[in-house]
Amino acid sequence: MIKTTIIGMVLGIVAVFAAAYFVPVVDQHRESSLIAVTPNGGVRETFHINIPMDRIVVGARTAAEPVPPGLQWPEDPILDGVRAELFKLRNANDTVIGVASRVAATDDTLGDTIGDTIGDTIDWVLHFPARGSVFVSMRPEVVDGNYRVGRISAGTREFDDLDGRLTERWVSGDPEEIEGPSGRIELVSRFVGKSDSRGDDVHAEGDPVAADAVSGGGPESGELLR
Amino acid sequence: MKYFVALLLGFATGVVAALALLFVNPLAKPRALSPVAISDNELLVFAYSAVADDAIVYTNDGESIVRPHPDKVLQLWERPISRTAVFATLLSDSRNQPAGIGIKFRSDSEASRLIAGEALADSVWYLYLPGRGSLFVGQRENYWSFLREVVAPAYWSAADNWKGQWFGNVTAGPNALGTGRVSGGSGDFRSVSGEAVEALSATAFSLDVGPVAVDGTLTIELSDPHAADALTAEPTLDQTDPDTPLTAGDPVLP
Repeated sequence: MIKTTIIGMVLGIVAVFAAAYFVPVVDQHRESSLIAVTPNGGVRETFHINIPMDRIVVGARTAAEPVPPGLQWPEDPILDGVRAELFKLRNANDTVIGVASRVAATDDTLGDTIGDTIGDTIDWVLHFPARGSVFVSMRPEVVDGNYRVGRISAGTREFDDLDGRLTERWVSGDPEEIEGPSGRIELVSRFVGKSDSRGDDVHAEGDPVAADAVSGGGPESGELLR
Repeated sequence: MKYFVALLLGFATGVVAALALLFVNPLAKPRALSPVAISDNELLVFAYSAVADDAIVYTNDGESIVRPHPDKVLQLWERPISRTAVFATLLSDSRNQPAGIGIKFRSDSEASRLIAGEALADSVWYLYLPGRGSLFVGQRENYWSFLREVVAPAYWSAADNWKGQWFGNVTAGPNALGTGRVSGGSGDFRSVSGEAVEALSATAFSLDVGPVAVDGTLTIELSDPHAADALTAEPTLDQTDPDTPLTAGDPVLP
């Protein structure tokens, strides 16, 4: 009987270690990535943020109505000119797949290499729990009057080895739709592998798909993000 | 029948013994010494409070121990983001003066392995430091020691809380030395890179509200001390043409 007990004990130990090894502690839900492959070998993916329902935070000293109600934005003057926003991020199927931050700041002390947009910072961080994160510093200049473009500065996990760009623009909602969003922030990413980006032949000039990704259906259909 | 009972008793004993071994796990020890503590490069040290109520904003799925702050903040209840917490906080420098704003995204990691003493989280920090620029930190954190030495004793306590002294580095990668990766964004930090280590110092924890007295420190080592020189570099990418091909040698957009 002692042998049977010992066998049971060994089985118990093995069962626990096997479970600890094979059963995942965390299983992040992942929506299918809705990507389009571009002729240059990269991928294009479109995200959007419905305003106001996806807005988690709007923080700024000058914000008339901070979001959420009760938000205590720091009074310290060091944050003058800093506007921080947090959002839920949706894919092309209107499903929430991540969270994002947008920080816009004006700081005259950061240099004067960009003409009349001295020291402006517009940074996005897109965080997808099942995939990784992307950090993009946007150029403050407006392109074609309705969008901004920025290059991927860094990425983690799935985005670690990717290069590419992100564009942002504001798209107004349907004014007749009372309960719908007042508009949406549209983000279009174009990623390409860093190793691929070293080859000249993988980036065809005048890539029509990439051009479509940036304009998102035509510059006239959107407005500059506020 | 008695053999079956003996087998069951043995099995139960084995399960308990294995769970105890996993919990004690002598191979999983907190890393108290920061890999970036000894460095000739520029170090940036930022302190913050890890207590949700001290943050500008903290939100999660709304069902965790730590409650969102302020009360009316939007909660992350959708399945793809339900195991994610986001908070924004004011960062202080080493002289305890406000240095900027930090936003942290933290998600439970699928790479967590209890058998290896790894309760992992994938997290990123975004830092904006007025007058200097922005930084991005990507890291993998391991909360196993914190769970074992702070949260578990709180569960065992009749008062559902823990008081004591705990300090440890939570950053566990992705770099080889267990440091996080730092990338520059704008201003002086454009084009810089470096490493980062985040540490927590806890003295009180409650199962009702989560961290009661927990402070965090983010130490960043910049490997390019002459990063400001990059401000004068002429961009070679045609910024106005979205179809301009990207090449690996292009500078980061200003």
